[in-house]
Amino acid sequence: MPLLEVHNYTKRFHVHHLEREILAFEGLEFWLNPGEFMLVRGPNGVGKSTLLRCLYRTCIPTGGQALYDSLHGPVDLARAADVDIALLRRSEIGHVTQFLHPRPRVSALDLAAEPLALAGRMWEDARSEAAEWLEAFRLKRDIWHAYPATFSGGEQQKVNLVRALIRPQRLLLLDEPTASLDVATRAALIERLRELKARGVALIGVFHRDSDVVGLVDRELRLA
Amino acid sequence: MTSLAFDLPRLLTTAPLLRARRLTKHYGAIPAVAGVDLDVYPGEVLGIVGESGSGKSTILRLLNLEEAPDTGDYTLTIDGYRGRNLFTLDRYDRRALRVRHIGIVYQNPLHGLRMHITSSGNVAERLIMAGERRFATLRNAARDALDASEFPLARMDDIPRRLSGGMQQRVQLAKAIALQPMVLLLDEPTTGLDVSVQALVLDTLKRIQRELHVATIIVSHDLGVIRTLADRVLVMRHGRVVEHGLTDQVLDDPQDAYTQQLVAAKL
Repeated sequence: MPLLEVHNYTKRFHVHHLEREILAFEGLEFWLNPGEFMLVRGPNGVGKSTLLRCLYRTCIPTGGQALYDSLHGPVDLARAADVDIALLRRSEIGHVTQFLHPRPRVSALDLAAEPLALAGRMWEDARSEAAEWLEAFRLKRDIWHAYPATFSGGEQQKVNLVRALIRPQRLLLLDEPTASLDVATRAALIERLRELKARGVALIGVFHRDSDVVGLVDRELRLA
Repeated sequence: MTSLAFDLPRLLTTAPLLRARRLTKHYGAIPAVAGVDLDVYPGEVLGIVGESGSGKSTILRLLNLEEAPDTGDYTLTIDGYRGRNLFTLDRYDRRALRVRHIGIVYQNPLHGLRMHITSSGNVAERLIMAGERRFATLRNAARDALDASEFPLARMDDIPRRLSGGMQQRVQLAKAIALQPMVLLLDEPTTGLDVSVQALVLDTLKRIQRELHVATIIVSHDLGVIRTLADRVLVMRHGRVVEHGLTDQVLDDPQDAYTQQLVAAKL
């Protein structure tokens, strides 16, 4: 069985105050094996991000199935109980978004370490691993203890990437992770994705520039 | 309820720590809570949002066994209480359960603290109710709980009336966690604090949640607070749950008409 098998996946937003349905995408079919990278392509507004969000269940798909072969057993991501989705988010499925939700008065280092701590690691241990990641993504050392609310977009994105990548994953959803990164950090991220893929992590990604992921892509899904 | 019906949990093998079914409470003819079901798992934070009068705080008072419901079942997966409807406990058992296993922080510190006894005394009182009598133990335990709540220890012998709002909430929190409860109930814990103090209190709550692994319910009308702390959320209106789901899902892809309005109204 593939890691993920998606059938007839459909999302419509029902906007009550407009009394309207807005179609994001309809009838999507694809599958993904461990260690494969699927690139999602298409112009703005065709539902690329919404597809990732429907797999992570930030959005609820309105039709179809997403059969995922979890370590705890097979499950349909479209129908699974909220607490099961929460379990998968803690242990198997990651989502890299374009935006960090910085929390007031929490330092960059602590924000980066938090997902590991929530997954059960000792706090000091989690912090030292987070420090290695921030170093790898070239976040300036002198702002590790500052609050990211005041960071530039690129700096925030580095913290965001570490938060999403620091935990072991089996399926990683990437929503334009390179959007606001400088060249060196972009290269560091791509190298990291290559390692994850080699270790068997399946990746589904939306990338603004195809050149970022040359040599990583196994298949493409085109939305129109 | 407009949430789509999802499957029952299949992957998660732990049982909910707290389970309530068909909670109903009227004040006169007005239904404050009308048939609410909820589960909270160990280490999980459940948020409850909704406008004033939607029944959020009533639910906390019911779960804190301060008030009796009209009907409903309430169970906690705790040794000695397993399988019993806690609403049927006599007042001695009820008090023992509350002292030992349930901590609460009220929006208004007047409800949670005695304003004329010292902060450390407020915390120690809970330990005394649990049977501790040795002065040194009481003093140390109170100090530890205040420290865990990031209360400035230099002021532990001040009475709450002389403390700022943020510090009063920390004393309440210390009192709530002094005996490492299984359940933590937070009723608008940061409402009325200025934003920088609110941020610090939220950070403390987040850390305590991570360290104690309690089942927490937080009631708030502030969606930012809910996004920061809650794993899942219930949206209430007129005493009923109109929608429930993962916090990011309810806030980013609300299904119910009322939730869509509520989310759209956030600044």
